[in-house]
Amino acid sequence: MEILVALIIASFTTGGIFLILKGRTFPVALGMILLAYAVNLFLFSMGRLHINQSAILTDGVSAYADPLPQALVLTAIVISFGMTAFLIVLSLRARYELGNDNVDGIETDSLEDTDTQKKENR
Amino acid sequence: MNHMVMLPILIPLLGSMMILLSKGLSFKIQRTLSMILIVLLVLVSIFALCLVLDRGDFIYQMGDWKAPFGITFVLDKLSITLVLLTSLLATGALWYALKSDSDSRGENFHVLFHLQIFGINGAFLTGDLFNLFVFFEILLLASYALLLHGHGKKRARFGIHYMVINLVGSSIFLFAIGTLYGILGTLNMADLALKISHLSADNTAVVATAGLLLLIVFGLKAAMFPLYFWLPGAYSSATAPVAALFAIMTKIGIYSIIRVHGTLFGELAGDLSYYYLPWVLGLGLITIILATIGVMSSKTLKEQVAYLVLVSVSILLIAIGINTPASISGAIYYLMHSTLITGGFFLLADVIASLRGEYKDRFERTAPYKMMILSGSLFFAYAIAAASMPPFSGFLGKMMILLSAQSSEWMFVIFAAVLVTGLGVIVSLTRTGTLLFYHTKNEEEHIDSTIDKDVFYPILYLFALSVLLVLFANSITTFIEQVSAMIFDTQGYISKVLSKDLL
Repeated sequence: MEILVALIIASFTTGGIFLILKGRTFPVALGMILLAYAVNLFLFSMGRLHINQSAILTDGVSAYADPLPQALVLTAIVISFGMTAFLIVLSLRARYELGNDNVDGIETDSLEDTDTQKKENR
Repeated sequence: MNHMVMLPILIPLLGSMMILLSKGLSFKIQRTLSMILIVLLVLVSIFALCLVLDRGDFIYQMGDWKAPFGITFVLDKLSITLVLLTSLLATGALWYALKSDSDSRGENFHVLFHLQIFGINGAFLTGDLFNLFVFFEILLLASYALLLHGHGKKRARFGIHYMVINLVGSSIFLFAIGTLYGILGTLNMADLALKISHLSADNTAVVATAGLLLLIVFGLKAAMFPLYFWLPGAYSSATAPVAALFAIMTKIGIYSIIRVHGTLFGELAGDLSYYYLPWVLGLGLITIILATIGVMSSKTLKEQVAYLVLVSVSILLIAIGINTPASISGAIYYLMHSTLITGGFFLLADVIASLRGEYKDRFERTAPYKMMILSGSLFFAYAIAAASMPPFSGFLGKMMILLSAQSSEWMFVIFAAVLVTGLGVIVSLTRTGTLLFYHTKNEEEHIDSTIDKDVFYPILYLFALSVLLVLFANSITTFIEQVSAMIFDTQGYISKVLSKDLL
């Protein structure tokens, strides 16, 4: 199970970093979301992976899951959710102010950009 | 009396809510309330400083849950110094915002301003790594909104850059926190330091990685090479009072390196003891060179001041890299100086920009404009202070750092870098002053735009504080030496925070 979770975190991180390096605000926002997923899963697994174990003290139970990472993840989820919402609003604002969705606010006609446009049109 | 510790955090938090609720009344009430709260914060900070001097450090365990299980706040000499510095700087910035009317250019300026201070003070006072993350997020969220205050294309563009890079930084912060928790099972800084001091050899590499990830995050906040590219754009496009308040933001990164790395990877850390120093020193040396090139090649005054912030940050990084009690004392003194001076310089740049009419703060020849003598004299004073020339506070700070560099193996490199870049800063500030105030097109018609004389008071106020740093240099350095002795006393920090039976 550890290797599976590790692979999931790795693929989320890879996808997230790839998208953040894109030149348009929408992929960047998506990349941030993926990266936040990766971080949350990572934090969660830092309490070690347990199945079917309670996080609250109960009589007659000896094996527990660590509750603290769960609390940390909860905070991290809320914060990343708020931040993503703000980023999307800011991107829309920038699209409105600058007239395009390039992260630098400058319209470019490079090959990469036309490719993205074709995909978007499809 | 112990609850006192929470006041520098609670006043801005509750204050911002009060300002938000008073929105329906009138803008004037919001402004008055905002100013009252800032002054109150200054008074509380001074009172807290007196208490700390009088009775020693305060450790506040929230809900009386003992560390490391509860949330800990630490009010010691280092954190209260920075809290007081923040409130003094914020007073100047807010004063300017009221006088120049820049707070009415967008919604909720005062609410965000106080939330920003809430985040900053929280980051200074917390004794818990995860809480540090939370307060970072609070101050960042407020700063994203404040950066966009006043709208405009340039702000939207640099706002996105600033936000995305800080979001990536937050993710890295969480990765580092997760790694540390996964290995050590705690996030309280004192407990982390204790656990790292008897870390088994197999886990050393992982903890070292987490420590360097943290250095990336704090380096990003402090704008360390190669993570500084967001700073000139963001700072020069922000509204003046916001840029002035942001002068403390880079120092949060510096503070975090001193506090977190100095505690976690201090003398007790065995193999990991101060392993991060070559990175800080080396990157600080690269930053100072690039920042000076930035100062020399800036096209506007605000951009130049933003690069001056970067120069001051790199001097601080170098001082941390030297890592002797003397160099840390110098760093804290220089930190106080540079925060006040760069903050005031942003305000002055805004005044000059509005006096020059359509030329703004671009480095172009203009016809003479109004209040040239007053703004020119202030520019002269600020330029001397920013270039760390005597008789102002920067000189003392820089001298303390350079004197302490004598013990370093890197002495010659540090001396060369700091002195040559200092010369570069002086040359480019001289050129700026000549262009702005002497080299005017006298034959053309004078520029007629004018401003309220009151806006000069906050600029004078921030400068006066830096003069006070010189006048009371003796007692301040005595105090700072105690602070830096305390920073090196990791054992003392651990036994202060953790209860006796855990040690």
